[in-house]
Formats: sequence, structure tokens, C-alpha cells
Amino acid sequence: MSDVWSLYSEKVMDHFKNPRNVGEIENPDGVGHVGNPVCGDIMELYIKVNDGIIVDAKFKTFGCGAAIATSSIVTELVKGKNIKEALKISNKAVTEALDGLPPLKMHCSVLAEEALRSAIEDYLARQKLKK
Amino acid sequence: MRRIYLDHAATTPTHPDVVKAMLPFFTDAFGNPSSVYSYGQEAKGAVEEARSKTAELIGARSEEIIFTSGGTEADNFALKGIAYANEHKGNHIITTSIEHHAVMEVCQFLERRGFTITYLPVDEYGLVDPNDVRKAITAKTILISIIHANNEVGTVEPVSEIGEIAKEAEVYFHTDAVQSVGHIPVNVDKLKVDLLSMSAHKLYGPKGAGGLYVRKGTKLVSLMQGGEQEKMRRAGTENVPAIVGLGKAVELAGQEMDKEAERLAGLRDKLTEGLMDKIDHIHLNGHPTRRLPNNVNVSVDFVEGESMLLNLDLEGICASTGSACSSASLEPSHVLLALGLSPEQAHGSLRFTLGRENSEEDMERVLEVLPAIVTKLRAMSPLLKTQK
Repeated sequence: MSDVWSLYSEKVMDHFKNPRNVGEIENPDGVGHVGNPVCGDIMELYIKVNDGIIVDAKFKTFGCGAAIATSSIVTELVKGKNIKEALKISNKAVTEALDGLPPLKMHCSVLAEEALRSAIEDYLARQKLKK
Repeated sequence: MRRIYLDHAATTPTHPDVVKAMLPFFTDAFGNPSSVYSYGQEAKGAVEEARSKTAELIGARSEEIIFTSGGTEADNFALKGIAYANEHKGNHIITTSIEHHAVMEVCQFLERRGFTITYLPVDEYGLVDPNDVRKAITAKTILISIIHANNEVGTVEPVSEIGEIAKEAEVYFHTDAVQSVGHIPVNVDKLKVDLLSMSAHKLYGPKGAGGLYVRKGTKLVSLMQGGEQEKMRRAGTENVPAIVGLGKAVELAGQEMDKEAERLAGLRDKLTEGLMDKIDHIHLNGHPTRRLPNNVNVSVDFVEGESMLLNLDLEGICASTGSACSSASLEPSHVLLALGLSPEQAHGSLRFTLGRENSEEDMERVLEVLPAIVTKLRAMSPLLKTQK
């Protein structure tokens, strides 16, 4: 009857209780929008890119504890990375950084990876338009 | 931290008097009720005493009660038992779109095996229209199964009106009364039901015991073979301690129910009004008055249920949600969707179900804590922005 049987790891609960980088970025260089209301998770990820380096990332999420925690950790993981490195951040990396997720919540880590990818793709598409 | 338990529709703490009544049947009076010697006959006597108490609470005769492992088995038994005993008469079953999974999934099981099921809609409060039941009956209808009080939103269905219709049409009528027995008056003759499911652990009894009321003369196929227990209708050595616990729990419910229902309804209304007052964009789910005295179910716009539950848990408050973030399907509650809620609203639902150990102070604590949780979660919600 203790923490051994809590649903989430301490790391997940830490990010759930004190989510990092909540909010929006004004004039972002890329925005990712994934998820849908039917499955109950919607993530928005904003990135700011300077000289190919992601210098800032923020999120807004409607979803469960795991969805909030994966959003939070992915903003931490991505900061300071270049685009190529950022594209390599997988759902596995997200899960590992949170010391694991319950099996039923693995889709939340996938959603975080997709949100990041979608934000980077948006950034790359905007870069193309500028050229 | 003091914990406040507000999830009595999920399960209730076993009443200390119930535990006390059960204990001897693990040790001193451990006998098998089928044995002829005194140990066995003591146990048999205790089971029969529990049966008569259970029958008394719902206005039935002792011989009309079959003990089961709980509400789920009672529902399975009623539906499959009637369906397979009446296959020669017809293959049509009428139910609703807001049943507990223990009825809904049995209907789906029967559907895959050649039965035809009508899932009746409900109105925005979760009420079934008895006229819809009447219209759905065909020459092939063998069973109507309608939940008495819904486990999620607490709406109490017009069961006796539907019972009248079933009687006229000579169709068997089952109700899942797991949430209502011991909480509001339940009488099988007034409700005009032929079968009724109940569960011990929803009324301060132990887990692992329940019952199915079967009106005299109603034939149904057994789910369990392998012994003569329960008059050949449910094989398997009786769970004597749990059945004794059920007997004690229904006895206590009979004594305390009326007063307790009134007290809980007062707390329920205080909590509901407080939530409406303190949180904007919040809606009551279920019927405003035709509802269980202990059920508050609300949808909080722009936020998801599990994240509210986790935050409440951090404050020591235990509640429930119709969001499916914690289930495999990811689809929100079929009950809330049947009431016409959007998926977002269903995901943003919170259910508080009160019980005997709750006080006014507990309601105040929820009202103190929840508004700040909602504000915090809304600040990170992408849904709020699109509403501006």
C-alpha cells in the first residue's frame, strides 16, 4: 500500500506535477499539432530555431497524466539539439527519460514523438517557403 | 494525509459489523453447507439466513434468490440463462445504450451467436422512454434488460413502467440493480421485474458475493455445472463467509437506508451546487432529480479527467472519470456519449460517489481543491485557446 503500486513512476509524477515549458511561443518557427478528442489526447508543440538549433520549445496538452508528462519531457529533450538530432528523438527515448510508462500509456510517448516530428516538419516546410 | 474516498460506486469499505459477522465462517464455522454433519449444517443455516435477509430487502421470497460471485455473474446468468432457455421462442433482446459492461458485453456476446439485440437510446439525462421499449417488442422478443440506476451518471430509470409493458407483452424483464439495492428502495413486485442483479460490495458488504433474484417459475439455463448447490442452478461450494457478509450488509442497509439516502442527497446537492458555483464551463451529467442520492457526475470543459483525478489523488481525494485514457480502448464512456456529450466532454468527466463515512467537511475539501486544479490544467489546455 505504498509507492510501489502507484500508476506512474516518480519521474512521470514530477513532470505531471511541475510540467516544464508550458505555454506557447510567440512567432514560433514550427508548430506541431497532433492527437484528437476521441482518444482524449491533444498536444501542441511550439519550437524556436536559431541557426538550425532548437533554442526553445513549449507545449500545450489536453490529456492524461502520461500525456502531460511526455509533452513536458520532450520539450526538455529537444532543447539545444539540432534538427537532425531532434528528429532522432523516438518514443522510446521519451519513455526511457521518464523511467518508463504503464503499457496502456505507451501511446502517449508516441504522441509526443509525433508532436515533435510535426513541429519540425512545419519548421522545414516554412524554411522551404522562405527560399 | 487524510484520504477522502468518493468512489463508492466502484466499491465500498466493508462495514465493521459485516466483517465481524463473516469472521467465524473462515475458522470455527468453516464447514461445507453440503455436508450432513454439524459443521456443514451450521454453514448451511448461515447461508439460508443470509438468503432470507436478502430476499426481505427486495420484497422477494427466499427461494427466489440465487447467490453468485457478484453483480457481473448475476448479469451474465440472467442474460445468458434466459437467452439459452428461450431460444425456441425467439432470439430478440431489448436493452439500452447505457448498460454496465456486464450487461452490454453479454449482449454483444449473444449477438455474435445469433441473437438480435436492440440497444435503445436515452435522452440527454440518460432516461429511457418506456414507449421506445413498447415499440421495440416483436414476436421474437424473449428478454428486456434495463439498468435500474446507472453506475456512471446515477439516473434512475422508469423500471416499473417498463415492467408493466414487459408484463403485458409476456416478455421476461431483468434489471441490473447493483447500484440501487441498499441505497434506494428496491421491491421486485413494485418494479415488476422477473430478474434482478445485485452485488454485496456496493453496499458495504464484501467483494465476491452477489445475487440474482429469479421470479418463481422463471426458467433459466445454468452457467455452472458440477454440483447441486443453489437448487442445481449454480454449482460450486458456496462462498459462505461472503454470503454471510452480504446478509449482514443487506440487513444494515434495510435499517439505515432511508435516513442515509436523505443525508447523502444533502451532501450531493451541496457538492453539485458548490462545483457549479466555483467552476465555470462545468455541466452536471445525468438527471437533476431522478438520480441516486450519492452520485455527482460533472463534465469540466477543456480538461481531461485522468489528469484531474491524479491531481485530486495528490490531495488525498479519490474519485472516478469516464475518460478512457486509462483503458485499452481509448474511447470515452459509452454512457456519456449516449447522453449526447462530445468526446471532449466525456473525457472531461468526473464522478464523485458518496458514502457513509463522508461528511460535509469532505465536500468542502473538494470544493476547496478542485477549482485550483481545473485552473492549473486549463492553463495548459490547447482546447481553451480555440474557444476564445
